[in-house]
Amino acid sequence: MKKNIMKVNLSKDAKYNLITIAAIIVVYAMCQIMIAAGMMSYLMKGLLVPFCYYSILAVSLNLTVGILGELSLGQAGFMCIGAFASAFFSKCTINLIPNTFIRFTLAIFVGALAAAIFGMFIGVAVLRLRGDYLAIVTLAFGEIIKNVLNTIFVGYDSKGFHFSLKDAASLKLQGDGTLIINGPQGITSTPQDTNFTVSTLLLIATFIIVANLINSRSGRAIMAIRDNRIAAEAMGIDVTKFRILAFTITAALAGVAGVLYAHNISSLNATPKNFGYNMSIMILVFVVLGGIGNIRGSIIASVILTLLPEYLRFLQDYRMLIYAIVLIIMMILNWNPTCIAWRKKYSLGSIFRKKTQGEV
Amino acid sequence: MEMLSVKNLSISFGGLRAVDSFNITIQKGELYGLIGPNGAGKTTVFNLLTGVYKPDSGIIILDGENISGKSPIEINKAGIARTFQNIRLFKNLTVLDNVKTGLHNQYKYTTLAGILRLPSYYRTEKLMTEKAYDILKVFDLDKEAATLSANLPYGKQRKLEIARALATNPKLLLLDEPAAGMNPAETEELMKTITLIREKFGVTILLIEHDMKLVAGICEKIFVLNFGMELANGLPQDVLNNPEVIKAYLGE
Repeated sequence: MKKNIMKVNLSKDAKYNLITIAAIIVVYAMCQIMIAAGMMSYLMKGLLVPFCYYSILAVSLNLTVGILGELSLGQAGFMCIGAFASAFFSKCTINLIPNTFIRFTLAIFVGALAAAIFGMFIGVAVLRLRGDYLAIVTLAFGEIIKNVLNTIFVGYDSKGFHFSLKDAASLKLQGDGTLIINGPQGITSTPQDTNFTVSTLLLIATFIIVANLINSRSGRAIMAIRDNRIAAEAMGIDVTKFRILAFTITAALAGVAGVLYAHNISSLNATPKNFGYNMSIMILVFVVLGGIGNIRGSIIASVILTLLPEYLRFLQDYRMLIYAIVLIIMMILNWNPTCIAWRKKYSLGSIFRKKTQGEV
Repeated sequence: MEMLSVKNLSISFGGLRAVDSFNITIQKGELYGLIGPNGAGKTTVFNLLTGVYKPDSGIIILDGENISGKSPIEINKAGIARTFQNIRLFKNLTVLDNVKTGLHNQYKYTTLAGILRLPSYYRTEKLMTEKAYDILKVFDLDKEAATLSANLPYGKQRKLEIARALATNPKLLLLDEPAAGMNPAETEELMKTITLIREKFGVTILLIEHDMKLVAGICEKIFVLNFGMELANGLPQDVLNNPEVIKAYLGE
């Protein structure tokens, strides 16, 4: 009896995760087949990598919002750090490490690490803050990062690195020098190492990291803090440690999304459009629509809501208006009890279960 | 052998002296009752003992270790676990996970081992699940292990809170009104459970309660608190027949 319950418990989570990973791989394979058959439009091809990095951002933000239960609006800031740190690294080492695979792998770690350090820093800074106050501080952090990066000038020549907050001329680079970060113009001609395959692999990795974390000792501790902080402390759970841990992992994964973003475009600059608070809010919308605490939902919502504005392009000026209305309708329907029952009835898992039962 | 020894414990909130020179000595294995009219400072005493409030003065010694002024986390590790007057379960976790959260400091593996699913993860999780089921069985909750704790009926939520507290392997268990909101049948059952866990886990218990039937029925000693000060302290029959105590409860 006891063993039986344990088995069901373990395999239920494992099954859920496996189905999600399998679904990602199936979608990936379908996209590759469509590309090979020439059935995919240029527009869609350009969206494949964004699907992945938006999903990574949403899944990682869900760790802070859904699992830790804190509202963070700084996701774009962490992404920005990951993007700039990795692009900087790739630009510096492009001649040093000719192998794309090694360089890009290192770039991913550099981006994740840089963002993680800032995540930890923010986690410590907001230790005593909760709710709205925390949201405002993270929002401010994202804006500060974006604005500071717009004023940084970094160059490299035979004498080493040069740094300025004024302009490119004050770097006084030698003739052989290269300008790496050019203030508001950002980093140009970053090697475009990102592709759909790497992005999908990183999305799967992100999913596994977050899903496994939730179903572990640390994940339980984080959820205990969310549900009742006072009781968690009374159970001997180190609230400070696990809060910082959740912030750090969220930031590191957002950094990875930033790496994908930076190596997918030719010129990287921090503008309100890509790293502004609108971006953070958009990621939060993905999380809320996909279901707070539901990581599979985050991925689905990211894909749908990235696709939607593109398909609404024919509406021209009314596009964002209709987008907002569609969002409201989706929010209402998503958590409608009838809708939830319908989803449960026709979910991948239940179809799979019925089939196997039929065979037995 | 003394399990808990508290000397001159005091705390003030503004001008209000909530707890004034509180002294208590609890022997190992004893079941002590803490009673008093509403607002007497009973829960404040619990909050002082568990580190939620820092005392203005006084010493708390648990099993020979001075724990005064330590944080709730350190105090839990030192061996005091508690339940709350208003139930504080982890509502969105299952019954099993609630108890496993209590086992947090007993069974350890690193976060990385959890993410990478290293052998230590499977090994430790299996031990944790077994231990959690052992505890749940004592409270007759093992069949509800997969239920969300928020969906449990009230009486079972109270029991689960005690189970979770016991999972931290405490030397001293503090129960804050365990029978609050329970009907007589549930209270009866709770009394049996408390007696059972004392035998099974060998834990010392200090409980706050208003239900005099429960207090007189199972407590070996009773401490009466009134306006933050000691009113009576001793054996149940002496304390409950003390005219001062009756006056404090019923008025003149």
